[in-house]
Amino acid sequence: MNAQLPRWVDLGLIPLLNLAAALLVAGLVVALIGQSPLEAVRLIVQGAFGYGEGVGFTLFYATNFIFTGLAVAVAFHAGLFNIGGEGQAYVGGLGVGLACLALDRWLPWWLIAPVAALAGAAFGAAWAFLPAWFQARRGSHIVITTIMFNFLAASLMVYLLVNVLKVEGAMAPESRTFEQAGRLPRLDWLMSALGYEQGGAPLNVSFLLALAACVFVWALIWRTRLGYEIRTFGANPTAALYAGIDPVRVTVITMLISGGLAGLMALNPVMGDQNRIFLDLAGGAGFVGIAVALMGRAHPLGVLLAAVLFGALYQGGAELAFEMPQITRDMVVVIQGLVVLFAGGLEFMFRPLVARLLAPFLRREEG
Amino acid sequence: MFDAAILILDSTVRLSTPLLLVCLAGLYSERAGVIDIGLEGKLLAGAFAAAAAAAVFGSPWIGLAAAVGVSIALALLHGLACITFRGNQIVSGVAINFLAAGLTALLGQAWFSQGGRTPALGPEQRFGELSLPLAQTLADVPVLGGIWSELISGHSILVYLAFAMAPITWWTLGRTRFGLRLRAVGENPAAVDTAGISVARMRYLAVACCGALCGAAGAYLSTAQSAGFIKDMSAGKGFIALAALIFAKWRPIPAMFACLLFGFLDAAAIRLQGVSLPVIGSAPVELIQALPYLLTVVLLAGFIGAARPPRAGGVPYVKER
Repeated sequence: MNAQLPRWVDLGLIPLLNLAAALLVAGLVVALIGQSPLEAVRLIVQGAFGYGEGVGFTLFYATNFIFTGLAVAVAFHAGLFNIGGEGQAYVGGLGVGLACLALDRWLPWWLIAPVAALAGAAFGAAWAFLPAWFQARRGSHIVITTIMFNFLAASLMVYLLVNVLKVEGAMAPESRTFEQAGRLPRLDWLMSALGYEQGGAPLNVSFLLALAACVFVWALIWRTRLGYEIRTFGANPTAALYAGIDPVRVTVITMLISGGLAGLMALNPVMGDQNRIFLDLAGGAGFVGIAVALMGRAHPLGVLLAAVLFGALYQGGAELAFEMPQITRDMVVVIQGLVVLFAGGLEFMFRPLVARLLAPFLRREEG
Repeated sequence: MFDAAILILDSTVRLSTPLLLVCLAGLYSERAGVIDIGLEGKLLAGAFAAAAAAAVFGSPWIGLAAAVGVSIALALLHGLACITFRGNQIVSGVAINFLAAGLTALLGQAWFSQGGRTPALGPEQRFGELSLPLAQTLADVPVLGGIWSELISGHSILVYLAFAMAPITWWTLGRTRFGLRLRAVGENPAAVDTAGISVARMRYLAVACCGALCGAAGAYLSTAQSAGFIKDMSAGKGFIALAALIFAKWRPIPAMFACLLFGFLDAAAIRLQGVSLPVIGSAPVELIQALPYLLTVVLLAGFIGAARPPRAGGVPYVKER
């Protein structure tokens, strides 16, 4: 059933087939609504890549999805399913925001940003700690606990925003707006170097941090002792234990890194865009991360590409909703679901077929 | 004081009903070894299907049938992914949730153009409140009148169905051949296979039961409790039901009490919104709303008796060759 396939099939062809299947079904949905799928695709591509501001928004959304996708991917390598990226990013936003609120009248942005990033990562990691600890020590299932922690994060943040952080006399449940020093610089120089006009898109330096995070995760997973332990534990926990790898330590550290990456995501919306702590600041990016990690086969490069794809869908989907009012932005959630379904739940549907079709062309290693 | 208590208990019953139906739905699936994170999605899809069908065809019963049909279809999709193709059950459940959230909002806007809502339903398109015998006569009797006429009478038929389903599920799972086999595929599928019973067939039956109950819960949300579908109207109830299922340690009768407890917390939170209490000041509504999740985490961590899931849960069955 699980015949060994060459890497280009496993990492290239099969994800593309899954994506094609997802887009095909999405196209059927568009047709069902009575619109032209091809026209919809044209509008999405045009909206996401056709002009500078669109590209800026695409990369802005992609920044969120790179962080949350990496968070899910790191946990995958240890065989853990971190469904709590949403809550970890939300609480991470509290860390980022508190750092900005405390420092924005005293320090320049380049001193605040590292503090805010560390605070965001620390808060996100802290939110992942208890589920990890309970999984490792008390045998509770990490999927269920991280789901519960998503809801707990939402309750906590609503409470804090309404009762503690809200500006006196204001109606909206959000913190005060940061001073200029609490804002991340935009990437106009990078965009104009690429020949684009960034326009109103809130693309900012956290995109560069996201790229750095990809490199970090690649190095961590494939070039360090800890990464080796994580992969061994994920592939075979019993063998890992026999080899002297402490399951509690690996589980907790992996989840702290995962939660930290999710927490870093908050830098983008909080310090890069809205410049305040606000309701639902993660905006579902934690869940998109699941689709991104699955599509990217938990590899940082795959995560990067999948994140840009979803960023394009988010931005292009907004344009599509504007041009075709019949198709709302919820189309993106449908595509997200289809990607998770085909790349995750039904991942073994195409594999045997591909293996059979390719069998005559591949040299069989074993007799 | 008594009247206030009856009012809170009355809304507890109303708020527990969808939780109970979804919780029992999850119970069928998980006792058969199929973990279901997609309860929330099936609930939402059921609510949309019920409201849309009731609005178009003018009957809540057609709405209920549509809800059950759509929800079973999603359950079978979950089954296809994790029974036939042996995919990851959690991932498949997550996919169902996304699909339901996206499709209901998308189709709602495309078909009805009311910002993702379905048209408001008239009284004849909804499940009305049933008046039990003697409700009128007893209404003025102290205590008994309040309990019978307010608390027990005057709910929609789906409420009575939900509370009847708890003992029915207990009986089905614990006292019938079907139930024995269903529990067996969740604990030791190889033994069931050896006895000549198809593990896949039993699991498909279990997820179909799960879909049917989720559909009924969805119909309750949109055609009994409210008068139409609103985007994301399930609002995490599927996950609270999942929490209740764990809280009840996968047993039907405790599931009913867990759902009543969580329903009560919800009712109390709504009731206490903006109320000032002595000593603690304004009521900590967020804390009360977070309690179901908090209690479940504490339980899962093994601090109040370990919650032991069905042994074969989450593991696709591979027949030996």
